[in-house]
Amino acid sequence: MNGLRVIFRREINAYLHSYVGYIVAATVLMLDGLLFYTQALGPAAGERLSGEVLARFFYTASGLTAIAALVLSVRLIAEERQLGTQVLLNTSPVRDWEIVTGKFSAALVFITGITLSTLYMPLMIVVNGRVSIAQILVGYAGLVLLGAAVLAIGIFATSLTRSQLVATAVGAAVTAVMFLFWPLSIVVDPPMSRVLSALALHGRHFSGFQQGLLHTRDVFYYFAVTYFFLLLATKVLEAKRWE
Amino acid sequence: MIRLTEVSKYFGEKRALGPISFEISPGGAVGFLGLNGAGKTTLLRILTTDLRSSTGEVEIGGINVVTSPHEVRKRVGYLPETPPLYRDMTVGEYLKFVGRIKGLSPDSVSDRVREVEEYTQLTDVHWEFTRNLSHGYRQRVGIAQAMIHQPELLILDEPTKGLDPVQVLELRALIIRLKEEHTILVSSHVLSEISQTCDRVFVLNAGELIASGTEEEISANLAGTYRIMLGVRITADTQAAGLTHFVRRLPDITSVELIQHDDPLLTLSIQSTTDCRAHLNRSLVKAGHDVVRLELDSNDLESLFVELLGHKVN
Repeated sequence: MNGLRVIFRREINAYLHSYVGYIVAATVLMLDGLLFYTQALGPAAGERLSGEVLARFFYTASGLTAIAALVLSVRLIAEERQLGTQVLLNTSPVRDWEIVTGKFSAALVFITGITLSTLYMPLMIVVNGRVSIAQILVGYAGLVLLGAAVLAIGIFATSLTRSQLVATAVGAAVTAVMFLFWPLSIVVDPPMSRVLSALALHGRHFSGFQQGLLHTRDVFYYFAVTYFFLLLATKVLEAKRWE
Repeated sequence: MIRLTEVSKYFGEKRALGPISFEISPGGAVGFLGLNGAGKTTLLRILTTDLRSSTGEVEIGGINVVTSPHEVRKRVGYLPETPPLYRDMTVGEYLKFVGRIKGLSPDSVSDRVREVEEYTQLTDVHWEFTRNLSHGYRQRVGIAQAMIHQPELLILDEPTKGLDPVQVLELRALIIRLKEEHTILVSSHVLSEISQTCDRVFVLNAGELIASGTEEEISANLAGTYRIMLGVRITADTQAAGLTHFVRRLPDITSVELIQHDDPLLTLSIQSTTDCRAHLNRSLVKAGHDVVRLELDSNDLESLFVELLGHKVN
């Protein structure tokens, strides 16, 4: 566990010292703010129930969280290979799963920080309308779980290659396909529709969080996706030593 | 003790190394010499557990690198060809990070960072970002990170590559000092570097081990004979012809040649089928001669290296 702790701390420091972390945070906050304005405050917002406004906020925030998670994660291992620092980790007494989870935990803390920085927007709804605090808490839990799953996909993609570009393409492709399972599940017949909707990264599994409904099934799904891709990334790192 | 048994490495269909087998005893410095692409880096990466061999077994200190890589990593420090530096960290932060990841406790790591910075003369750049360092300083930080956890074995891959002559001298002196505390493996295609820092040499060519031993042993093996340089102080009783005749009659001596006859020294070059220096010395002293020089004469490493590769090519 020592390796995990040390890598976690180094990665957090790296976010705080790099432009990438600040640019991602600033972009997400700006876009979240703009979208919130158009949906809740702007002239085109119209008359809506507070709960509906909050659900729409979580819906748009989920897309931005997923993109931010992908941007943050695809560099994590590919960059180590590009800079030649991967060899330091490979020859230190740390295990591959500690490298993967150390990097994942730091990225998750960072993305959670960015996500929680948008909290003032739901609080504006609380002040000016009527929503339950539970809906806000569950919505944010959903964003963090979705972010964790996309981070894990990104880390898997970055474990495959030394090129950040290739890692981005692979990560984006896997995430996009898993997002598209939901609309696809609507147009195909059972039993395929049930399989696709059960695997979809968004839609069925996220809509509950949007509405403030916490289903064990959805929490388990995001945990499972995260675990699966982190495990894959660890196995890829192990396999790379045999190349 | 480092032991390799029938180790080979393939990248796809291409054989990069082996199969090779050898043993290295603890202490001193061992050089791996070879042209680019000879398999030096592949071999060192296998020893550091960065890469796994396709066949064969590797043991370091009796520990198998595949079944117990974690234990091996605690005992090995590695400086790859390009020092693995994080550009967004200062030298102090970086060494502290490496110390922690190599298993040093939070309490001891700061003291150890101070020690290695003093040892490698990095104290002045403790607060500098590694991205701002000169190439020479980066190499020193690379060595500092390799030795921070006090490993038994230090592996340095082309440590003087890209350095200017003054930096090469400084780094060479540092490696010689490190020999006192660690077993050191150094790879290089710079012959003088190996010659001046290493006690034993392994010569690699196209993934194969083509020679090993001290410079003198390689030289003797190549020629099939040992060449011994003998210096005797000239006295009233010493005659060049008489001395030459006396030495030629000793066992294992195949030829004797007078190299120099400058008062007060007489120098002979002796060809022998064995390293007979001890016997030679006893016989000469017993006969009343003042022996002032008695050493195995190697061809310089550069000509040996070229000759070895030439033999292989032929």
